[in-house]
Amino acid sequence: MDLFLNILSWTCLLTGGFLGITGAVGLFRFPDFFTRLHAASVTDTLSTILIVIGLMLQANSWMMIVKLLLVLLIITYTSPTSAHSLAKSALHTGLKPFLKDKENNNR
Amino acid sequence: MKQYLSLTVILAVFWLINSGHYTPLLLGLGALSVLLILYVIKRMERVDGESEPSIVMSVYLPYYLFWLVIEIVKSNIDVVMRVWKGEEAISPTVFKVKASQKSDVCRVLYANSITMTPGTITLDIDGDTFEVHALSGDGKAGVMTGEMDRQVSKLES
Repeated sequence: MDLFLNILSWTCLLTGGFLGITGAVGLFRFPDFFTRLHAASVTDTLSTILIVIGLMLQANSWMMIVKLLLVLLIITYTSPTSAHSLAKSALHTGLKPFLKDKENNNR
Repeated sequence: MKQYLSLTVILAVFWLINSGHYTPLLLGLGALSVLLILYVIKRMERVDGESEPSIVMSVYLPYYLFWLVIEIVKSNIDVVMRVWKGEEAISPTVFKVKASQKSDVCRVLYANSITMTPGTITLDIDGDTFEVHALSGDGKAGVMTGEMDRQVSKLES
């Protein structure tokens, strides 16, 4: 049972870590601010969820599990809000999104 | 008054979960901090009709959250593929989409759900029109089907 829990938790932690790195790589690879936000949201969502689940499986008391759940809840509340406010303020201060079709690019 | 009462219960439970120490001194300090927060909230006048949105009671909420997690997993895989493939794999677009929700809470939930699924971000909200930035044509098509819009609207009924 312990071995099974450990395997499950490490699978979650390693996948979460891989997704976090992927988000960082996307942050450097993508061409402009808005596309980079998309890459960052990988780190915000599934990476965080998997890491917190992995830590929950390692927890040795119910209280720790509940606290980790609260952490997850707070992150899922705040990350879309901050992503939206970043995108909105970028748009309103006149940053033009990079678009693939050339004719739309100087919209 | 009813709202302050339920707020007190929520704050007390939150404190008890986070503390883990149940000696009289710490319980007293916890009660004091709950009272302090109630006082601050009352002064800030933040208790209004929507501080406890009715959707919390909706029977669809657990189903919706489950559905949203599945969507997040699917779009995460899509964006991760595009990150590793590089710049050729993306074709950013900006488009407008109508939201059919009536209450502000559900509209916020819809806009945040769009932002939370990787590959789409809500840029701006004007009345019931959302301006959405998508990483690829697939992301745009996913929002345009209106599936998420319908799922959020179910929470209102």
